[in-house]
Amino acid sequence: MKNKFNLPLSQNIINALKIGQQILLSGTIYTARDQAHLRLVNIVKKNGSIPGFLKGQAIYYCGPTKAFKGSPIGSCGPTTSARMDIFAPILIKKGLKVMIGKGRRSLLVKEEIKKQKGIYLIAPAGCGALLSKKVKKSKIVCFKDLGAEAIHKIEVEDFPVIVAIDVKGKSVFKQ
Amino acid sequence: MNKKIITANQITKVIVDLCIKANTILRKDVYDSLKSALRSEKNLRAKNLLKLIINNADIARKNKLAICQDTGLPIVFLRIGQNLSLKGDLVNAVQKGVGIGYKKGALRSSIVKDPIKRSTPKNIPAVIHTEIVPGNKINITVMPKGFGSENKTALKMFNPTASLRDIKDFIVKSVLEAGPEACPPFIIGVGIGGTADMAVLLAKKALLKKITPLKTKLSKDILKAVNDTGIGAMGLGGKTTCLGVNIKTYPTHIAGLPVALNISCHALRSASKTI
Repeated sequence: MKNKFNLPLSQNIINALKIGQQILLSGTIYTARDQAHLRLVNIVKKNGSIPGFLKGQAIYYCGPTKAFKGSPIGSCGPTTSARMDIFAPILIKKGLKVMIGKGRRSLLVKEEIKKQKGIYLIAPAGCGALLSKKVKKSKIVCFKDLGAEAIHKIEVEDFPVIVAIDVKGKSVFKQ
Repeated sequence: MNKKIITANQITKVIVDLCIKANTILRKDVYDSLKSALRSEKNLRAKNLLKLIINNADIARKNKLAICQDTGLPIVFLRIGQNLSLKGDLVNAVQKGVGIGYKKGALRSSIVKDPIKRSTPKNIPAVIHTEIVPGNKINITVMPKGFGSENKTALKMFNPTASLRDIKDFIVKSVLEAGPEACPPFIIGVGIGGTADMAVLLAKKALLKKITPLKTKLSKDILKAVNDTGIGAMGLGGKTTCLGVNIKTYPTHIAGLPVALNISCHALRSASKTI
C-alpha cells in the first residue's frame, strides 16, 4: 500500500485514508496553536473566510523551539489538539482540510470533519527532536508577536503521521 | 562555626547547565524504563512508537536538541543547607540562570507574564520551591514540566476512612481522563497527605524520585490498573501505559486524606547538582 503522500492532500487521497494507517507526508504545513487559533477565528468572524493561504491546507498544532544556526527549526512535536476543539469546526467549515496534532477530538470536530470531508492526523507525541529532522525549511508567515505560537510555514519531507479521524468521522481512539 | 559561602554567580552557572542538561538528555532511569518497556511490549505498533521515543532521545542527546518542543515551565527546587551562607540575591540568581540556560540551549519561551492578558511569551520566571535542610550544601534541581501532562493534574480531598481501593480508583479514573493527550506512556506521581497544596507538591516531587521496582501494594495496584486500561503509547493501545509509579506521603489531619496526581509524559525531565 502506498504510504508516501505530497501535500496538499487531494480529496481522493483523503477519502482513501483509513484510521490507524501510518503515512509519510511531504510538502507544506502551517503551524498554529492556541492564540493563533483565537486570532484565526476572529478573522473568520470579521471577514467571513479564513486567510487564503490556509484553504485546502494542513494545520499542525505545534509551537517549535528556536532553531540553532544552520538548522531550519528546533524541536517540533505536536501539542494537545483538544485545546483547539472549540476553534477547529469553524476553520474546517471555511476550508481547512487537514489537522495534525496529538490526542482525541470532540464530537463536534468529528462531525465537522465528516461533513466537510477533512481528516485528522496524529504525529508522534514527545518526539520533537526526531520530527525536526523531517523539516527542511521554516519561516514565520503571521502573528510574529506570538513567538513560538506564530504561524510558521514549514516544508516537511517524509513527516510521519497516523490517521486518527478519517473522512467518515471514525476515530482511532477507543475512549 | 564557619559557614560555607556560596555566591549568586555560582548558582546561576549551575542552573544554566542544568536547564540544558534536563531538556536535552533524558534521565537514565526514564530511558532505561523505556528500553525495558520495549522488550516486554507485544503490540507491534506500540513497539514501533516506543522505538521512535527512544530514537528521539538519542537524537536529542547527540544534537543537543530539546527532547520535546514543550520545554516546559521550568521548576527549580532548592534544598538549602541551614549552615550555608548565600551571598547575593538568590531568586535573581535562579531566574538569571534559567533565562541564560533557555537562551543558550535554544529552548522554547513558553511563559506569559500575565496569565489573563497572555502577552508575548518569555523564558522566565521559573517556579521556585525552597526547602531548608541540614548541612552546608545546596542541592539544585531543574525540572522542565510540559503542560500537556501538567494540565491533567488532579486533586481529591478524601474522607480519612477512604480505602486504598478508593485511592487507586481515583488515580485510574484521572489517568483515563488524561488519556493520549498527556503523552503516554506516563510516569505517575502521587502525593498523599499534608494539605491540599502540599499533596500536589508531593505528587510533583514524587516525579523527581528515580523509577525503581515497586514495593508498596498501592503503587503495584496502580501500575497494574493503569497498564490494564490499554491506553498504550500515544493512546493507540498496548500494555505500556505507565512506566513507573512514585508515591510521596506526609502526615495529615485526622479529618482528611488529600490525594494528588501529577502525571508526567514519557519525557520526564529533571537534572540536579549539589554544591
